[in-house]
Amino acid sequence: MTETTKGAAAGLTNEDFQPVLSEKSADVIVRPSVSYWADVLRRLKSDKVAMISFGVIFVIALFAIFAPMFSPYDYETTNLKATNLAPCAEHWFGTDQLGRDLWARVWVGARVSLFIGLGGAIAPQLAGILIGGVSGYFGGWVDMVIMRIIDIGVCIPELVYITLMMLFMGSGPMAIILTIGMVGWMGSARFIRGRVMQFKNREFVLAAKTQGASPLRQIFRYILPNILGQQVVSITAAIPGAIFMEAYLSFIGLGIKSPMTSWGQLSQVGASFYRVHPYQLFIPGALISVTILAFYLFGNCLRDALDPHLRD
Amino acid sequence: MAAPLIQVENLKKYFPAGRKQLLKAVDDVSFSIGRGTTLGLVGESGCGKTTIGRTILGIYEPDGGRVLYDGADLAKLNKAQKKAMTRKMQMVFQDPYASLNPFFTVGEIIEEGLLIHKLYPDKAQRRERVYGLLELVGLNREHANRFPHEFSGGQRQRVGIARALALEPEFLVCDEAISALDVSIQAQVVNMLMQFQREMSLTYLFITHDLSMVRHIADQTAVMYMGKMVEYADTGELYSRPAHPYTIGLLSAVPAADPDYQKSHQRIHLQGEVPSPINPKPGCRFCGRCSKALPRCAEEEPVLKNLGGGHFAACHLL
Repeated sequence: MTETTKGAAAGLTNEDFQPVLSEKSADVIVRPSVSYWADVLRRLKSDKVAMISFGVIFVIALFAIFAPMFSPYDYETTNLKATNLAPCAEHWFGTDQLGRDLWARVWVGARVSLFIGLGGAIAPQLAGILIGGVSGYFGGWVDMVIMRIIDIGVCIPELVYITLMMLFMGSGPMAIILTIGMVGWMGSARFIRGRVMQFKNREFVLAAKTQGASPLRQIFRYILPNILGQQVVSITAAIPGAIFMEAYLSFIGLGIKSPMTSWGQLSQVGASFYRVHPYQLFIPGALISVTILAFYLFGNCLRDALDPHLRD
Repeated sequence: MAAPLIQVENLKKYFPAGRKQLLKAVDDVSFSIGRGTTLGLVGESGCGKTTIGRTILGIYEPDGGRVLYDGADLAKLNKAQKKAMTRKMQMVFQDPYASLNPFFTVGEIIEEGLLIHKLYPDKAQRRERVYGLLELVGLNREHANRFPHEFSGGQRQRVGIARALALEPEFLVCDEAISALDVSIQAQVVNMLMQFQREMSLTYLFITHDLSMVRHIADQTAVMYMGKMVEYADTGELYSRPAHPYTIGLLSAVPAADPDYQKSHQRIHLQGEVPSPINPKPGCRFCGRCSKALPRCAEEEPVLKNLGGGHFAACHLL
């Protein structure tokens, strides 16, 4: 069989092999130069998923801030004449078994949950960047001591830290953030140390060193920006974890206690009655799910936007 | 020849390699480089070439010996003097992809040294200086706002050279500065470096494994094997009359452009592998691979012998 007949058998003609005319002319390939952060923003804006998930987070945050201010009901005032009402015009999310308005409670709870989510995600990362950065950059005995402390620290079960911290510091949101920080800094310090060690001998850091850059300049201008992209992603990925942690602590009775509230506390109470009053569980449950999903998707898009190797 | 700009005396750099073992990357190496000249440093991978360059520049602390710059011992400088010394000694790195910070624009990369040393405090002047450097290395000022990943390897290496020249150094270590580039680009970059040497009377330490490139650029050539310097001579002398069996083997492996010659000349194949530089055995380190080894070679380490005319080699046979 000749080449032509082979092609014809496959349904291909010579026209299929003609070069496609380029839509762009060759002299307009230069794009305007923009700074790194402007470019990150441009990429984020062009990403639909990022914009939608950011919008969701933004709306939830707005409600958390403003909804309780404009609600006629207080989150902690009980009304025993109106217990366990299903959602209606009067009480948009219904009421709980003590007759407290759930619309008010859900958005006050959102404040607490989002605060713990953000704080609980950032606190261990900050401690980790500081401790891991020092450990990785300076190495030697400093590194040795810090790493052995972490080795011992991670051997102790999380629940021991949690119980002890909660007993000493009570059960406010700050106590929960500190507890999450106490448990989480070791992992992130180890991770950051590894990344710093990996970067400190890269040629561009050595180049800075041969130019006379001080250790601080090397860390803050050369090493950290290269690591930070991933850290921002870990922070957004850690927010759902922190929100869950709060829910879990509330569930075992170590977290937020009534009349103060949070999404975790609301779901815990709602879970006991969900066969009779499903809305008491499913409204806070749905909000937790949507928030976590939005943070997760946004974190993914942020990672893509921050990575200079993916720039187009 | 005037007093040498760089004098390296008995330089030693050992790296810990596991339990009580030492990797002797550079073991008792001495040489000097005259002002305005180029020393080519050749040897196979892992022989300590890069370590020498980095130790001279202070990236590594030497474990023994000293480095003199214009007669001043670099180890005895205080912090401020050390920083001032970084202006005089710069480096062009091997990998043009790894040696530029991906988060900086090319302009920022070149500007960084000026900022560190607070040169050109006026912003507009500093910008002009950066543009001038870009044009000097054959790029143009529009490139200043681009990021390194938008450039080819050769262009990136030009950025690396511009960064090194920004501080107006006297001494430049080119650590395999061209080996990551295509052959045609290599020639451009090397010619550019030679032109800068003439115009700015730079002194080069040119580290490479490319023997033909060394012949082209270097005034003196030093051959290293496993952390030791085995031969040192003027480049012409070394290429026409190599003395050490290792150098002879290396040079015979250089491909010639003349196919008739390539067929006719006898290639000396070096046998065996480079032994581990961790805790090396006594005696000549080349002993296990040398076709002319004597019993004495395994016992006694040869020292550099003066063969006359600035030609040195470390071999018992000479």
